[in-house]
Amino acid sequence: MTAIRPAGKPRARAHWLLLPAAAVLLVVFFYPLATILWRSIAEPEFGPGNYLAVLGDAVALRVVLRTLGTALIITAVTLLIAYPYAYAMTLVGRRARGLLTLLVLMPFWTSLMARNFAWYVLEQRGGVIERAFAAIGIHGVTLLGSVAGVTVAMVQVMLPFMVLPLQNAMLGIDRGLLHAAGSLGAPRPTAFLRIYLPLSMPGVLSGVSVVFIMSLGFYITPALLGTPQQALVAQVIGTRVNDLLDFPGAGALGAVLLVITLVVLALLGRVAGPVGASMTGGGDRG
Amino acid sequence: MGERTLGWGLRLWVTLVGLLLVAPTLIVIPMSFGAGSTFRFPPEHWSLHWYAEFFTSKQWLASLANSLQVGLLAAALATVLGTAAAFGIDRARFRARGVLRQLLMAPMILPGIVVAVAIYGVFLRWQLNGTMLGFVLAHTVLGVPFVITSVQTSLAHYDPTMEKAAACLGAGRFSTLRRIVLPLIAPGCVSGFVFAFATSFDEVVIALFLQTPDIKTLPVKMYESIVLEIDPTIAAASSLIVVLTTVLLLVPQFLRRRSHHD
Repeated sequence: MTAIRPAGKPRARAHWLLLPAAAVLLVVFFYPLATILWRSIAEPEFGPGNYLAVLGDAVALRVVLRTLGTALIITAVTLLIAYPYAYAMTLVGRRARGLLTLLVLMPFWTSLMARNFAWYVLEQRGGVIERAFAAIGIHGVTLLGSVAGVTVAMVQVMLPFMVLPLQNAMLGIDRGLLHAAGSLGAPRPTAFLRIYLPLSMPGVLSGVSVVFIMSLGFYITPALLGTPQQALVAQVIGTRVNDLLDFPGAGALGAVLLVITLVVLALLGRVAGPVGASMTGGGDRG
Repeated sequence: MGERTLGWGLRLWVTLVGLLLVAPTLIVIPMSFGAGSTFRFPPEHWSLHWYAEFFTSKQWLASLANSLQVGLLAAALATVLGTAAAFGIDRARFRARGVLRQLLMAPMILPGIVVAVAIYGVFLRWQLNGTMLGFVLAHTVLGVPFVITSVQTSLAHYDPTMEKAAACLGAGRFSTLRRIVLPLIAPGCVSGFVFAFATSFDEVVIALFLQTPDIKTLPVKMYESIVLEIDPTIAAASSLIVVLTTVLLLVPQFLRRRSHHD
C-alpha cells in the first residue's frame, strides 16, 4: 500500500479539472464570439466591407465617438465623486467605514432593472429631478432621453468599481509622509499633489480602466434612459440584430468595442498588473 | 492610527454621494405601495394593488418561475464547473495556467452586448433561443467566473498537507475529498453559487435576445413593462427583488463570519 502518493502525480492530473469549464466556455462563449467576428469579415462577401462601412458612415462613426466620449465623461465624473468619498473612508473609524462600505455596495444590491426603473421615474418629465431644478428656478430639465440622463444613472452604478480600488490604494498610504511634508514647509495642497495623489495612482488607474471598459458596453441603461437619436454603440448593435438581423454589421461594431476593451486592458496590464483582481468584486452588465 | 473627524466639506460630500447611492432604492420601495396607474412619484394614494397584481398575474408569475428555474440550474452547473476549474488552476502546474484563468474570467470583462449578440447568433442556428437549456447555458457561462473567484479565495487558506495527513491516516481519495476537502471549501462554493444565482436572476441583456413570447425571465418582463407598456407592477417586482437580493447577499457574509469564529 502506498499511503503517500508521489507529489507529482495528483498535480499532473489536476489540469483535467479545468476541462469541463473550458469545454462549456469554448462552446457557449468563445465559439459564438469567434462566429460573429468571422461573419463580420466573411459576410456578405469576404473582405473588410463591414468595417469600411463603419468608418465611412458618418452616423456610425459619430456613434463610436459619442460612446467613447460618454465613457470618458462617466469615468471622469465617477473619479471626481469617488476620490473624496474614498479618502473620507480612510479617515473615519471602523464603524463609520463599515457604513460607508455598505452604502457604496448599494448599487450591487439593487437589481439592474429595479435601478433603471428608479432612474426612469426620477428623470422622467415632471419627475423628482425636474421638479427639484424647477424649485431653484431652472426649468425644463428633463434628463430622460438624453446622454446626461444615461450618464447620471451610470455614474451611480460605477461608483463601487471606483471607490473600492481607490480606498484600497489609500489605506496603504502612510499619513506620516503628509506630516513630514508639512513640517518641511510644504503647504497642504502641495503635499497632497506631490505626495498623496501620486501614491494613490495605482487605485486611480485600476478604477479608471474598469469603469471606462464597463461603460463602453452598457446596453440596458442607454436603451431605457437614452434616445435613439443620440445612440451609443451598444444600442446600435442591439438594433442591428433585433430589427435587421444584421449580424455581420453588428459584429463589426462589436469588434470595435472588443478591440478598445482589450487595448485598455493591455495598457492597464502594463502599468498596474492583471485587472482580474479588481474586476472580481462583482460584474455588472447593464 | 487614531480616529479623525471629517471637515464639514468632506462630510457634506460623503452625505451627497451616499444619497446618490441609495436614491434608486428609496424610490422603488414607496413606488411599489402606490395606487396610481402611472410612474408618478411620489404616489398620490397608497395601496397594495401592485403586489396583488404581481401575485395574481399569470405572466408575471410565469416570468418569476422561469427566472428562479434558470437561476438555480445555471448556478448549480456553474458551481460544479467553477469549483473543478478553481482546483485545476490551484493544483496544476503548467505554463498556460495564467492565460487559461484569464480566459475563464473573460465573460465577466467583455462587453455584455457583444456577448449577448454573439450567443444569440449561434443559438438561433442551434434552435436554443427561447428554450430553458439556452438560458441555462448562457447564464452558466456568466456564473463560472464568480465561482472560480470565491472558491479560489477559500483555497488560498487551505493547507494541502491536510490531504497528505488524511492519506497517511489511511483515508482513500474519495473519503479525503468528502471529509476533508469539501467541508473546507464549502463556504467558497456556497458564495459562488449565490453570486452565480444573483447574476443569472438579474441578467437581462442576453435574456432579452433569447426570449420569445412563450418564455421570458423576470428582468425581461420588467424591461417590457417600461418600454412596451407603463405597468407599475414593475415597482412591486423591483421591491421584491431588492429584498430577495439583500437576503441572498447576506448569506455568504454570514457564512464567512461564522467560519472566522470557528
